[in-house]
Amino acid sequence: MDIPACLLYTKTGSAPHLTHQTLHTIHGLPAMAQLTLSSLAEHHEVLAEYKEGIGKFIGMPELLLYCSLHDPVSPCPAGYVTNKSVSVWGLGGRVEMTASKFMAIQQALQPDWFQCLSDGEASCEEATSIKRARKSVDRSLLFLDNCLRLQEESEVLQRSAIIGVIEGGDMMEERLRSARETAKRPVGGFLLDGFQGNPATLETRLHLLSSVTAELPEDKPRLICGVSRPDEVLECIERGVDLFESFFPYQVTERGCALTFSFDYQPNPEETLLQQNGIQEEIKYVDQTKKIKTTSCNQEMTSFEINLKEKKYQEDFDPLVRGCSCYCCKNHTRAYIHHLLVTNELLAGVLLMMHNFEHYFGFFHSIREALKSDRLAQLKELIRRQAS
Amino acid sequence: MAAAVSPTSLESAPRIMRLVAECSRSRARAGELRLPHGPVATPVFMPVGTQATMKGITAEQLDALGCRICLGNTYHLGLRPGPELIQKAHGLHGFMNWPHNLLTDSGGFQMVSLVSLSEVTEEGVRFRSPYDGDETLLSPEKSVEIQNALGSDIIMQLDDVVSSTVTGPRVEEAMYRSIRWLDRCIAAHQRPDKQNLFAIIQGGLDADLRTTCLEEMTKRDVPGFAIGGLSGGESKGQFWRMVALSTSRLPKDKPRYLMGVGYATDLVVCVALGCDMFDCVFPTRTARFGSALVPTGNLQLKKKQYEKDFRPIDNDCACPTCQKHSRAFLHALLHSDNTAALHHLTVHNIAYQLQLMSAVRASIVEKRFPDFVRDFMGTMYGDPTLCPTWATEALASVGITLS
Repeated sequence: MDIPACLLYTKTGSAPHLTHQTLHTIHGLPAMAQLTLSSLAEHHEVLAEYKEGIGKFIGMPELLLYCSLHDPVSPCPAGYVTNKSVSVWGLGGRVEMTASKFMAIQQALQPDWFQCLSDGEASCEEATSIKRARKSVDRSLLFLDNCLRLQEESEVLQRSAIIGVIEGGDMMEERLRSARETAKRPVGGFLLDGFQGNPATLETRLHLLSSVTAELPEDKPRLICGVSRPDEVLECIERGVDLFESFFPYQVTERGCALTFSFDYQPNPEETLLQQNGIQEEIKYVDQTKKIKTTSCNQEMTSFEINLKEKKYQEDFDPLVRGCSCYCCKNHTRAYIHHLLVTNELLAGVLLMMHNFEHYFGFFHSIREALKSDRLAQLKELIRRQAS
Repeated sequence: MAAAVSPTSLESAPRIMRLVAECSRSRARAGELRLPHGPVATPVFMPVGTQATMKGITAEQLDALGCRICLGNTYHLGLRPGPELIQKAHGLHGFMNWPHNLLTDSGGFQMVSLVSLSEVTEEGVRFRSPYDGDETLLSPEKSVEIQNALGSDIIMQLDDVVSSTVTGPRVEEAMYRSIRWLDRCIAAHQRPDKQNLFAIIQGGLDADLRTTCLEEMTKRDVPGFAIGGLSGGESKGQFWRMVALSTSRLPKDKPRYLMGVGYATDLVVCVALGCDMFDCVFPTRTARFGSALVPTGNLQLKKKQYEKDFRPIDNDCACPTCQKHSRAFLHALLHSDNTAALHHLTVHNIAYQLQLMSAVRASIVEKRFPDFVRDFMGTMYGDPTLCPTWATEALASVGITLS
């Protein structure tokens, strides 16, 4: 797998809105998909009886699979982690898991990687106490050691790699301890937990992030959860993160929007001029409307996207993004998407998801290209100009 | 009531239907429609994409399933996004980017389905918009005008539709008015060379009224006929008799479109009675409720019994859903909030309907349609003799016995 990269976001083992057919029209699909235990835990009996693993069950045998605890889009209620168990919330309710139940579930799922049971709640409250931060590290290490021991007893589980989880809230001391101790264990990689939140909280946590990754071995992947916006992704890459979730394009889709930000850090001069004029227009409009556009995902619209519900798109026969090679842009117009949204048609979500994923995966491709040619600073500046 | 068009002009109507085979026992026919956006094999089931979309499936997916004609709706599209915008987008084909054929309903059925929001006069139907309270008048001329802008390959006359459960003088009034509205549609039609205007036979469940309507409308110079006013709340016994009456008096060399049908059994029986084209929201609508169509009926996949059923919906189905997924996975997905579950079932149900029609057609061409019907009923009902009475009677009336 080439890094930095993103993982394909799924809900109950399927990309949102997309069947295998529509998913595979997307160019640049990631090599690895993210499954969430919150959506799959309640089906573990079925998987156990199925025996052949979640990849085959969901019809994605060709993709690598990573199983996270929670769904980054719907964070779970806090206060349910104990010394012995962690809970996830599925659509059927709460599933409480001790280390042995957790490992039994993973044995039924058989993902390539899975996030170890961990205590992520030190970062939930407004201000973490050192005591709570310490407990999150202690518990997570205990869970990790228990899970590793259980893994040794199972041939099936040994085929999966356990991803160690770095906790510690906002306490530098605890974060470093978590990183050093976790790195001593035979994990397949590291998940940096507790850095998510609103853009402001990430800012203050970025310095923590650098210190944490400095403690981790270079030859194992570093994942981060809850961070998916293009500007935040770049900040984290600069601080040693390799893998990201791709739920941002999903959130954009759910609010009827399409990603339009440019990641072409080497455009020709004419394109630059056109784009700059275009960007200025969009930013102007977005500033006025941003405050009103709250969504069911509780996220406001960003300046990386356009809102296809706006009346001005009613007669716009351009594709979502000129030059985009996705199925939606090659076959449909803004006016059509606008119509589908206004009439509440299911196809709106399908087409927007196809475009938003492809656009986002294209962004990650450009990150890898920029790194190879040492142009990350240019890409970062381009993205920064478009973030508002 | 007098014919506006002279009977001698019957010869000049475009013959869009080519008969390929006819069943020697029943009235079943296999044929081919020649339409502006390509040929269509009949009998054909046309999925319904009311608002310029086949619900959650893409044009590419629909094309891959073998669909060559589907429906759009004039009333809905006339309101949103409106004919002017669609015209700017190069017609409905351009707007939704559908390369094959389109048939648009006239808006007549909405008179029944939205009866509380509508008022019928000789002029047309006055609708109150549910979106903004605005009033619109849908006259025969307006309906044809909108459909001309939409550019669909087959357009339907505006008919005065009454529910099949209505009795009394209203039925007769609606039948005669439909004839007058047919003439107004023919006169208003600006693109007879590009779009085929079909008449719709009305008359409710009254044999005399329906016969009158048939006599009159077949004098008109149209490329095809639809059988309307059925597939509502009427009994199946009355339903099949009206279908049979209609096909007995419709010309053989023009397509017969039975509107609003439907269920697999109804499709097979009505093919036997001589119908060529069908449309119904049922397969796509029931998909969104988690119901998958199979030769033995349907599977309510949300039910617990499918939780650990690792077989595909139908072993013999070639659709992408059955090729890749099990009932158990679909069951789990249906209990989530991922809309992909609905799309998987929509794909399958459309495939089921199209595959059924394909099989029906092959059996007619290969001169074994009656055997096909017996097999079909046996699979669906466990035994051909357990087939519903109305279907047995209908089939018997055209020479097909089930036992």
